[in-house]
Amino acid sequence: MPDLKCKLLIIGAGPGGYVCAIRAGQLGLDTIIVDESAPGGTCLNVGCIPSKALIHAAEEFHRIATAGQGPLGISAAAPEIDLARTVAWKDGIVSRLNSGVSGLMKKAGARFVAGRARFLDGKTVAVTQAGEEIQIRAEQIVIASGSAPVELPFLPFGGDILSSTDALALTKLPQSLAVVGGGYIGLELGTAFAKLGVKVTVVEAEGRILPTYDRALTAPVAKRLEALGVTVMTGAKAEAFAGGQLHTDQGAVEAEKVLVTVGRRPRTQGIGVEELALTLDGPFVRIDQHCQSSMRGIYAIGDVTGEPMLAHRAMAQGEMVAEHVAGHAVEWDKRAIPAVCFTDPEIVTCGALPGEVEGTKSSEFPLMANGRAMTCEREEGFIRVVWRESDHAVLGIQAVGAQVSEMSAAFTLAIEMGCCLEDIGATIHAHPTQSEGLQEACLRALGHALHI
Amino acid sequence: MGIHAIRLPDIGEGIAEAELTEWQVKPGDLVKEDDVLAVVMTDKAAVEVPSPVDGKVAALGGDIGELMAVGSVLIRLEVEGAGNEQEGTSASPEPAPAAAPKPEPAAAAAPAPEPAPSVAPGPAPAAVARAKGTKPLAAPSVRARAREEGIDLRQVPGSGPAGRISHADLDHWAASGGIQQGQVSRGANTGIEEVRVIGMRRKIAEKMQLSKRQIPHITIVEEVEMEALDSLRVALNDKHKGERAKLTILPFLMRAIVEAAREQPALNARYDDEAGVIHRHGGVHIGIATQTPNGLNVPVIRHAEAGSLWDNAAELTRLAEAAREGTIKREELQGGTITITSLGPLGAIATTPIINHPEVAIVGVNKMQIRPVWDGQQFQPRKMMNISCSFDHRVIDGWDAAVFVQKLKSLLETPAMLFVEG
Repeated sequence: MPDLKCKLLIIGAGPGGYVCAIRAGQLGLDTIIVDESAPGGTCLNVGCIPSKALIHAAEEFHRIATAGQGPLGISAAAPEIDLARTVAWKDGIVSRLNSGVSGLMKKAGARFVAGRARFLDGKTVAVTQAGEEIQIRAEQIVIASGSAPVELPFLPFGGDILSSTDALALTKLPQSLAVVGGGYIGLELGTAFAKLGVKVTVVEAEGRILPTYDRALTAPVAKRLEALGVTVMTGAKAEAFAGGQLHTDQGAVEAEKVLVTVGRRPRTQGIGVEELALTLDGPFVRIDQHCQSSMRGIYAIGDVTGEPMLAHRAMAQGEMVAEHVAGHAVEWDKRAIPAVCFTDPEIVTCGALPGEVEGTKSSEFPLMANGRAMTCEREEGFIRVVWRESDHAVLGIQAVGAQVSEMSAAFTLAIEMGCCLEDIGATIHAHPTQSEGLQEACLRALGHALHI
Repeated sequence: MGIHAIRLPDIGEGIAEAELTEWQVKPGDLVKEDDVLAVVMTDKAAVEVPSPVDGKVAALGGDIGELMAVGSVLIRLEVEGAGNEQEGTSASPEPAPAAAPKPEPAAAAAPAPEPAPSVAPGPAPAAVARAKGTKPLAAPSVRARAREEGIDLRQVPGSGPAGRISHADLDHWAASGGIQQGQVSRGANTGIEEVRVIGMRRKIAEKMQLSKRQIPHITIVEEVEMEALDSLRVALNDKHKGERAKLTILPFLMRAIVEAAREQPALNARYDDEAGVIHRHGGVHIGIATQTPNGLNVPVIRHAEAGSLWDNAAELTRLAEAAREGTIKREELQGGTITITSLGPLGAIATTPIINHPEVAIVGVNKMQIRPVWDGQQFQPRKMMNISCSFDHRVIDGWDAAVFVQKLKSLLETPAMLFVEG
């Protein structure tokens, strides 16, 4: 393959990279995107999508398994699961989405080059595939190399020590699973395995699970974990794994497998980012409001630029960068990036948390008072608004509850549009839905909630 | 309930149609007898049309800017009792705006969301104060547009709740020129405001076009030394301080025109160019170009030859005020035989006045200032003023025009001659 030239070169075909490529193609930019794996990145191949598939399967299994204990009068035989078939189903979804992303990029006119990219200089990248190397020269380069799970030196991945990627590829359920790290990835997967009948223990070093969320939001999740029979050890440090036991400073834990989810690190090594001597922000590439790095003509988007490491943030950055390269007047001006935790119940956060911004107040509406929540047998949780006292502008919305993830759009839209309490309060919310809780939380803030 | 149709009344001699310039009511409004319903414009006078009955506005009969025939239905009111129009049958020749609850086409076509539409652009919506340092609230599309147009949103007042900035706020900001404080880059202002040329502005436009199209103008500029006249003026004002109205230059100029026209009656005339007849008037009816809030107006001082300096000064003041307040009568705006246009201190060095058709001459007054004048031995500081006069060259030759201007100059420079009889 001869050497290539292009206007825009994107390293990494994850959510940030492929969206950037599609948009750049739409804008008529001569675009090449490079990735060693199938397009879609962590999110599509070993992250968001596969984990949601597993969570769904586990939930279905759990419902049938517990149907007889419920008040609905349903009885069912004890279910069984063939995890290999579940994983095959999940792989089918992933491969459908892989080809979908490829097709979208192709349709937009972006070229996909398979291989591993490495910077030679600020304008040239070497791509290696099966021992062959080609060089690509580009006017502008986007680093969208993503992130990888952090490994603990005393619990190196391999064998019974699983990363999230490994856990999503298991074809046989372990008897017991120890999850090291009680963040959202560990809890999402831990909950799924618990629902599939695995004895799960969560080992969290901080004082509580999901330490980046406030206690009110995490309490319903902790309660549910308890009901599912998950043991949660907080303030505990994992030390070593030996003989089917995870040793911690609070004693040993039965564990056929150990899942380590202690965070993700940016993928800057191995692609020559260090050699470019870009200004960093901790381990991350520092970017400005146009996602430009400290080197002219080099942009960075997605996980490689730091928290929050979320696919939809990367997508928005990718879209913006393509437009910026095309000369549009754009900049990063988002007011809110929603974050969803697909635990049980789900948590959505968007914008300011209570107490985060001076001069704000918060008010919440419990789903216990919501008819739809009752009919779903899921009354735990609440919807909460954070608003500025001086002018009632809504600065943050959070919720915890079953299926609240689908409400994240409404929350973000409200904040992005600059809504006030009065705007949401005066908007008709369909009945019976859990979303009525948003309107009620706003009305409650105004002193005239109707249903509480 | 019945429908009472109110027709455009006969508002003056020989007026067949009038332009609708303002609605004072909108559909659904309750009106009482004598409440003003609408304002129509004839020539340059605005006429208010009051309601003869109590009732509720059912439908408006036309849009702002529309020319309405006298006798056509101006408005329909719902009234107690039978009304003067039977439901379903409309006496008017135009498409009948049914009194039924069907949406009224005319009302819908009118700028319905804005009550009492006006010629002037609407005032900027009131801005809500935003705490310093807080990010302005604006929808993503508003933010994107602001970036495109180079507008710093922090400078833009927001009219929405919590100071939220809307597209309309950006429009206003752009239309107002987006005066930005501090060292902020100036953005391109791509705002375009549509202003309909209606009402008085349309009348002015038509009149100006007529004058400029029909009349080949010749303009003569001459300078006049004003020392003597201005001293006289000051002396007279001092003498009658507190008793009589203060004199400006204009009454003296009127007197000069009267005197000059006595010798050159061809200049004090109206030229009916269609009939090919010049009407030389005995009386000197001097129009005074007057700036009003709605535009240029020319009230006429009738028989300036018969009035004293003070009579003419008082009449001038009265007419100018009436014109500015919009209470001037139609007949006070008609029948001039020559016109004076003066911009006072804004009068510049020279102007090219446009003749008030069908008159044949106009006298423009430029600003008075002290200028150096060579007296044969040295420069002397002198109060000088230029006059710029235009004439209808079809009927006034250059020679006659020049003679007229020289006559004015000599009369003004030697004011005693203004008052010497015979």
